[in-house]
Parts: sequence; C-alpha cells; structure tokens
Amino acid sequence: MIAFFTAEPSTIERGQASVLKWDVKGADTVSINQGLGTVSASGNRSVFPSSTTSYTLTASNAGGSVTESVTVNVTAPAVKEPPATPAPSDDFGTMVSKLIQDIYFDYDKSEMREDSRATLTKNADALKTIFGKFPNNTLTIEGHCDERGSAEYNLGLGDRRATATKDFLTQLGVSADRLRTISYGKERPTCTESNEGCWSKNRRSHFVAQ
Amino acid sequence: MKNFILPCLFAVAASLAYGQQGADIVGRIVGGQKAVIAIPDFRGAGRAGNFAATFNETLFSDIDQAGVFKMAPKSMFPLNVPQRPEDFRKPLQYDPNNRTRAPWLLDWSEPPVSSDFLAFGYTAEQDNQMVLFGWLFNVRQPEVSGAQVIGKIYHGSLDEEGARKVAHEFATDILRQFGVESLAGSKIYFVSNRSGSKEIWVMDYDGSNQKQFTFYKNLVTMPNVSPDGTRLAFTSFAGGAPQIVVHSLETGRKIPFYNQRASMNATAAFTPDGKQIIYSSTASGWAQLYRANSDGSKLERLTNTRSIEVEPKINPKTGNEILFVSGRGGPQQIYKMNIDGTDVTRLTTGEGEASNPSWNPQGSHMAFAWTRGYSPGNWNIFIMDVATREYVQLTQGAGRNENPTWAPDGRHVVFSSNRSGSMQIWSMLADGTQLRQLTSAGVNEKPVWTK
Repeated sequence: MIAFFTAEPSTIERGQASVLKWDVKGADTVSINQGLGTVSASGNRSVFPSSTTSYTLTASNAGGSVTESVTVNVTAPAVKEPPATPAPSDDFGTMVSKLIQDIYFDYDKSEMREDSRATLTKNADALKTIFGKFPNNTLTIEGHCDERGSAEYNLGLGDRRATATKDFLTQLGVSADRLRTISYGKERPTCTESNEGCWSKNRRSHFVAQ
Repeated sequence: MKNFILPCLFAVAASLAYGQQGADIVGRIVGGQKAVIAIPDFRGAGRAGNFAATFNETLFSDIDQAGVFKMAPKSMFPLNVPQRPEDFRKPLQYDPNNRTRAPWLLDWSEPPVSSDFLAFGYTAEQDNQMVLFGWLFNVRQPEVSGAQVIGKIYHGSLDEEGARKVAHEFATDILRQFGVESLAGSKIYFVSNRSGSKEIWVMDYDGSNQKQFTFYKNLVTMPNVSPDGTRLAFTSFAGGAPQIVVHSLETGRKIPFYNQRASMNATAAFTPDGKQIIYSSTASGWAQLYRANSDGSKLERLTNTRSIEVEPKINPKTGNEILFVSGRGGPQQIYKMNIDGTDVTRLTTGEGEASNPSWNPQGSHMAFAWTRGYSPGNWNIFIMDVATREYVQLTQGAGRNENPTWAPDGRHVVFSSNRSGSMQIWSMLADGTQLRQLTSAGVNEKPVWTK
C-alpha cells in the first residue's frame, strides 16, 4: 500500500530542512505523526526538527493499517564565531588581533587566492576603521613561507607575499604609509611538522600591530 | 725537491658508482686512484713525549682528511719503526720471512703494508722548545739514498699548541708535494642557534675550536667571507627587516655598509678582488640582483625581471661570470650571467628546484643543492662542470642536504644536512666519500669554508 516514504536529506544540521516524500496507493486515510496530521495520498513536506526525529506514516483502509518510518538525524551546526565586536576601550593591538586575519598562499606563489582576496577585503574595511581610531599606529605585514624552498629564495618569496598583500590593501583604500612589510622567509614558521597541513599554515601573510 | 703530481702518477680514474659522466667530473677534481702512505706514531723524547699523542693525532688527521692518500693500516706496520734515515739498514741477506731485524724500505713497500710513502721522525725538547725532525720517504725507491722526499726541522712551543703547530706544518709540506693545499689552519664560518638565536659561529676545519662570532641576539644568517679572509658579510634582522651587515674578521668590528632603501637586502657575496659586493634587494618590489662597492656605494642593478633572484656568486678566477638563483622561468633554478648582467643562461635542467650555487676555487665547477628526482624540499648536493653542464649527485637522499661550499683546496665540500636527525655541518671529499659530521650541538647550517 505504501509505495515509498523518504526523508531527503536524512541527516541535517540543526536549523536546516529535510524533505519528507511519500506515495501511498489504495488508502482511505494517510497521516504522519510528529504533529503533521492527515496528509494527502502522495506529497512532500519540509520539516525542521531540532533534534533527531523519527516520522511514522500510517495508511489505513477497510482492511486495516500499515506503517512506515523514516528518521531524520540532526547534528549540531558548526559553531560560528560571533563576529568580533571590538569594545570601545580596546587598544590598537587588541583591535588588530580581533579583526585582522592572516591570509594564505599556494606553494611558491605570491598571487592572491580567492579566499585570501575575501579575507583581505574584510581586513581592508576593518583597517580603515582601526586606523581612523588610531591615527598614529602602523601595521607590519610579515611574509612567511613553508620549509621546502631554499632559505635564500624564501626570503625573496616572503617579501613578495608581504608586498603583494600591502599592494592589495592599498588598492582597497588603506593608506600605504601605515603599512610596513618584512619577510621572515622560512625562519619563523608557525607550525613545524613536515606535512601539507603544516606547510599550508606557514605560507602566509601575518599582521602585527606596531 | 721533486714534486709528485697525482694525476701524472695515477692516471687511472677511480671506479665510482655515478656512471661515467660523474666519475669523470669527480675524477678531475679529486684525482683518481690514491697513493698509500704509512704514518707510524712518532716518539717524543724528553718532555716532548707529553705531547706526542696530540702530535700523532693531528698529523694523521691532517693527512687523512686531505683525501690525497689511502692510509696504510697501523696494525700491519713492522715492529721496528725508523726514527731517522740512519735507521734504515739493508739486511745482508734479504729474507722476506724475517725482515724485522732492521727497518728497510721493503718492510713498508711490500705486503702487508704495501705503502708508497712513509712519514717518520721524532719530536724532542730543545732549549725549552718543541722540535720536530720529519721525513717523508718514497719507499718504492730501490735505495735509501734516493728515497728522501722531505727532510726538515720544525719548531714550536713545548705544549699541546706547539705539537699541533709542528704537525700541521709537516702535514702541509707533505701535501704540497702532491700539489694539494693543506686545510690545516682553514676556518669554517656557519650559522648556529645554540646561543638562543641564529648567530654566526666559527670553527677549525675539522670541527674543533667552535666559537660564537656575532652577538646580536637576533636572527643573523647567510654568511659570506671575502676571498682574502678579512671580511664577513651576512644578513641580519637586528634592525627589523633583513639587511646586509659587514664585519672585519681581523678586529671583529662592524664595517660601514650602505643598505639601499628596501624591505630586504640579503645574500651578499664579495668579488674576487674584495672591492665589490653583489647582493639581492627588493628595492624594485621584487628581489633583484645589484652590484655595489664594498661599502655599498655606487649601486648598479644587474637583473631586471619580475621574479625572485637571490644568491649571486662571482667566479673567483675570472671575476666575471655570476651564478645565481632565479624563479624567472618557474620553480627556482640556477642561472649564469656576465657581471654586467648580459648573456643569461640557465645551468640546471629545469627539473625540481635548485639553489645554493658555489664556485670551486678554480672557477670551473659549482657545487649546489637540487631536488631533482625528489619531491620539493628534499635537497641533495650536486657538482656541475659549468662549461659542459655535466653534473654528478654526491648525496643520495639521506636527509635534506643544503648550502655546499668548497674548501680552499678545491677538493672538499662542506654542507648542512639533517641526516643525523637535526641540521648539522658535514664535510666530505668532492666525490661524496670521507663524510664527517663537524657539529652536534643545536641547529647548525650555512657553512662557508675559508683560508
């Protein structure tokens, strides 16, 4: 009697929707528990369970009733950092560390990746606010590299990353004379293991309040 | 005195495991099959005996490390060791089964010693001084009268230092007979973090006598020494961004050097006459190569690309060709150009990544680091004949091996390797043999070998 009863997707993050779909033949009444009540013989309905929930569809006619159940698993959503909101009393260094994020590069590259452009755009907006509040402070952009290229070449590469970062911020309207650059090449890694997980963290421009 | 030049005596190339091309290159550098030398322990008479052990260790080590000779095993030596030429007495009836009655040339040239040369003599106390009576004999000669190659007296103080001094001088004279400059007295400058931050350190060529040279309590790295051995240039973060600093090696003091306005001035090297410095600067926005007087004045830009270019090294013989590292064609490779920036050619094949070019003193070969055949970051030491571009790989994937530089004798290479678990300084003969670890405390890298 029940052709199908599904939930797509069967696993959702809390707050997201799962769609129940069903098709029943030869039933007089069709109902779904969990407060959905009587429904048509075939149809679909979006549900937003806040925890893992089983839905039972009951189809009845003169001969009796049959049931079919599906479960929607609900996971906790990734905890999103609330946007840091600087307190009015924050000093320059605190504001920089709250609002300005490092950007990352591909191996042997100083071109901006898509994610770095997005981060830098946010950084630029924040910097205009911060520099407006602290007219006498400057920001140092440190260029870093992973351990694989030679130390000498990486000194040049880190410098290129820092300079390209400065140029990008300047194009977005940040005052160039508030920005300094320094290359540490591969001399100051933030992560010291020899794997891509670590290397990708070290290929970065890091922002330091002065 | 007769000079023995190895390539003339022993024309047979050593059979090395690099393929014919490689064997040719290192054969030309280290000189093929080696002569055998026997160095029995010298006796010390009187108070000189207190320092005999130091003398014998130093003499043996100097000759062994030079890589010119095969050292005859001491356990095979005859019981009667000569101390003076007069001790050689020809047996009346030579009996190969019983020749211990008197030291004779054949005792040393025949099996089991099978030596070509014998160094012998003794030290003694004379007027409160150490005196060394040293001889070198060619034991392949038929008569004692024709065997002497060196017979000389050396003077030193009556202490450990004096014992080392006379041993070094005798070793230098022996090696000179074979056209080889002794490394005794040569120094290796290097970078060590053992004081808490990277600073320049210095040690004797054999790893002894390690001392801190700079005290900036900051990041100090990438040393280079002037050809006359009087000045040291390096890259320092003491003022913030990386800048070039020059020190006198005679006074230890800082010498003025004008750094052009740039976020990075680094990887300085001296011209053969010591009058100019070439280096890499980001004044244009990219790390590019410049030439200046040794005080930084009279700047001239040598390269003009939008790529990263570092580590310029001028041919020490011609003073013209510059080796350098560039990313102009993609991953970092080694290029060559004239000192005015013309005639740029790539030397490495474009495979992998290449770095750390270093001219040999003869200006014919370069040692360098290359990841060819390995994934990025896995450096090995190579040597290339710059004219023919034939190359040979000297290290074979044991750890990361970087920053090779030549010894003043043009036969040895010092480099850094983490094959022992941490980055340390190693030396080897330029055919990849005679590996020696010279440091062990802290992290040590970027060695430069000077006279």
